[in-house]
Amino acid sequence: MNGFISLADITRRFTSVPPFTERLAKRLTGSKASATVVHAVEDVSLSIAQGETLGLVGESGCGKSTLGRVAAGILKASMGAAEIAGEPVMSGGRKNTTRIQMVFQDPFASLNPRMRVGDIIAEGPLAHRLITKAEAKSDVARWLLAVGLDAAAAERFPHQFSGGQRQRVAIARALAMRPDALICDEPVASLDVSIQAQIINLFLKLRRELNLTMLFISHDLSVVRHVSDRVAIMYLGRIVEIGPTEEIFVTPRHPYTRALLDSAPRIAADGAPAQDILPIRGELPSPLDPPPGCAFHPRCAFAQDRCKRELPILRVLDDLREAACHFPLETGQHG
Amino acid sequence: MSETLLQVRDLATQFATRAGVAKAVDGVSFDVQAGEIVGLAGESGSGKSVTGYSILGLIDPPGRITGGSIKLDGQELVGLSHHRLRALRGRRIAMVFQDPMSTLNSVLKVSDQMQLALQAHGNPTTEEMQRRCVEALAKVGIPDPERRLDAYPHELSGGMRQRVAIAIAFLNHPGLVICDEPTTALDVSIQAQILVEMKTLVREAGVSLIWISHDLATVSVLASRLLVMYAGRLIEQGPTAEVLRRPRHPYTQGLIDSLPSRAAPGRDLVQIPGATPSLTALPSGCAFKARCTYATSACDERPAETFENGRIWRCHNPLNIGAVAEGLA
Repeated sequence: MNGFISLADITRRFTSVPPFTERLAKRLTGSKASATVVHAVEDVSLSIAQGETLGLVGESGCGKSTLGRVAAGILKASMGAAEIAGEPVMSGGRKNTTRIQMVFQDPFASLNPRMRVGDIIAEGPLAHRLITKAEAKSDVARWLLAVGLDAAAAERFPHQFSGGQRQRVAIARALAMRPDALICDEPVASLDVSIQAQIINLFLKLRRELNLTMLFISHDLSVVRHVSDRVAIMYLGRIVEIGPTEEIFVTPRHPYTRALLDSAPRIAADGAPAQDILPIRGELPSPLDPPPGCAFHPRCAFAQDRCKRELPILRVLDDLREAACHFPLETGQHG
Repeated sequence: MSETLLQVRDLATQFATRAGVAKAVDGVSFDVQAGEIVGLAGESGSGKSVTGYSILGLIDPPGRITGGSIKLDGQELVGLSHHRLRALRGRRIAMVFQDPMSTLNSVLKVSDQMQLALQAHGNPTTEEMQRRCVEALAKVGIPDPERRLDAYPHELSGGMRQRVAIAIAFLNHPGLVICDEPTTALDVSIQAQILVEMKTLVREAGVSLIWISHDLATVSVLASRLLVMYAGRLIEQGPTAEVLRRPRHPYTQGLIDSLPSRAAPGRDLVQIPGATPSLTALPSGCAFKARCTYATSACDERPAETFENGRIWRCHNPLNIGAVAEGLA
């Protein structure tokens, strides 16, 4: 794949080794102490074109944040490579590029409470010599204005701002690095509805003005539908479906996508209450011990014997859509 | 006409803070009928949770209920002694909180916590307690309830923990259950399961439910009546479908319009300008006037409640008044 951002065969496992005493005890009793391995992301490939926004949807533990961090170059992949414009985002275990920046979920945790907003925004570009000390003040003012804050905000501390304003500061900090791409990990999840709308509009405006490429991670289907050109759905470490946003939402092909859409309460355009939700049965399996075959088969209404044995690979169904399912839904079929 | 179970009138709850007196709940009045599900919606700081806590008598200093009345089955709850309130909580009114990990005791087994709730309001035998606990867990959709009774909270998933908290709330057959954002911390698929189970549970148990949430879509799944709060005041109430389709208050309209599902993909969302005013420095008159596109000089005076066909609103310039004749197509 040759996108602007390209993730090729990314696998990320987290291994936790038992404590020394436990290993010693196991060794003395003659049994083997085995490390537990979480398969956070398994063999994911995707690409994002320049200026495109890819929405990444999934429930907690599906690996969407891990994948985002690998794409941003702040987490090393166990296998596979992440590139931006043909250049690896990491080399030698370190972040290799400033062209890709990240906006996190919780602006109360992502801003240093002891630094003034101006210093928070200028720190990155100064360290990377994108600006000189003399330019810092005007540069900070420029980015504060771009995100809808007053230039005087530079003198204040994060605690003097509301959640929505703090998220604006976090966005300004990312933009000050002159990135080509933003990885946004649940950037509006902790905000009130009316503030969420303001921040979504800000993302739309910045994307237009700066031609940003974005990976927009969220569990909120309506937010993702609104901002994304294409959407990828993750389940237990793998992408199960990917395609153009409206097609995914109108005619999902993977039963999990269908089930996820049916579970989310949504107020209709005419204001009709969301009274027809259909929950998915069962719970998310543990990523420590994923089910064999298709990871979704224990919860899937369409599962057959083959799904219990054979892992479905992501394949092209028609021109624009890919799904990892042995028995994809027909267009218009409801789960 | 069903009977009124809960009657709240002019409730005022304030917190003394260093910045001044925060009017967290300011003149709130509403009724809950027996067997009814009422949704209480609002953004953070709107006073929706404090309203719930006030009903349960859970306001501690520096907060206090400074005025108004809360009647449950005709009995006044404001000013009731600590002792009398304790007898009431769990027995006649129960509450489910957002985070089950902080409501459940992490060092007690599920069975122990459930038995404590039963023993607090009676003297059941061990066999009876076992039977009632298993029944309660089965009712909230916990598979293999006998085995789960032996589990500690950390051995359960987030959804299962919240189900245990809900089971405990329903254990003593209360008349009223107050749920404060009980599904906010959960995944979409688990939230959907709990919403559907909740509907059945409420219908079978015949209890009244107050469902507090910031999420209008979630509220609209359950609630037959919707209450909207802003800056400590109840600004609109009425049947859920009517309020969502034809809101009277500009804030309700703004809240609905700012949902991403209301705009064409990629287009700017309707946004309410500005931010919620500080509760210690509320403007005189309507608290929403500074953010409201319909504000006039009349809004400098605090709007009184207007009643019309089961709907109530506090606004000098209400919306959608002429639209009533169209009916609900």
